[in-house]
Amino acid sequence: MANVAIPDAALVRDYMDGDEKSLSILIKRHQSKIYGFIYSKVTDRDIADDIFQDTFIKVIKTLKSNSYNEEGKFLPWVMRISHNLIVDHFRRNKKMPMYRETEEFSIFSIMTDNSPNVENRIITEQVESDLQRIIEQLPDDQREVLQMRIYQDLSFKEIADLTGVSINTALGRMRYALMNLRKVIEKNKIILTN
Amino acid sequence: MAKLYSKKTVAVPKMLPKKETIDFLLNYSKALKIVKTENGTYECIAN
Repeated sequence: MANVAIPDAALVRDYMDGDEKSLSILIKRHQSKIYGFIYSKVTDRDIADDIFQDTFIKVIKTLKSNSYNEEGKFLPWVMRISHNLIVDHFRRNKKMPMYRETEEFSIFSIMTDNSPNVENRIITEQVESDLQRIIEQLPDDQREVLQMRIYQDLSFKEIADLTGVSINTALGRMRYALMNLRKVIEKNKIILTN
Repeated sequence: MAKLYSKKTVAVPKMLPKKETIDFLLNYSKALKIVKTENGTYECIAN
């Protein structure tokens, strides 16, 4: 076989001089060893393919930029590149592990989505709308205090200052507002829970 | 003679990358041109 007769160093030189066929010979000659090495570490065909590809992309770029110093150690050099990429892969995966779904395991069994679904959102909107209608039925002074307290998050001191009454009066109005709300809800058998 | 303790290597079938990977690499190599100038190194991929 003619390819075996040509040493790696000569093929590398030819490739750097522009002979693309030399790269093909080099890859075919060493692919099994390099890919086998990568696969033995990552034990995943797809990941091994990716790392193999990235390894040779680096090889190609280095050779094409004439940055490679041929010392008869082409294969050890390529193996070192692939080894470093394997280390990078494991470092990346440590920070962000990838889970693949299988029959026995689904990632959704440990991942939960707590955001409300459409049905819950509709119910919440309905409850808020009903509550708003009930609040509108309260006397003005009670409604005012309740809205300032619940919706504007004002303290009773601030409410008292704004409405020109004492804190005790503001507190009293709030108390009556809540009592009246409960009465209306009970009387009309309104359900305000999600 | 001292006993030799060594891990038994499991026979692994010869593994090869996908043909598509090899084809990509060869095409990439054909398309890639690297130009070195005073200002830096530039990679050009010809379509």
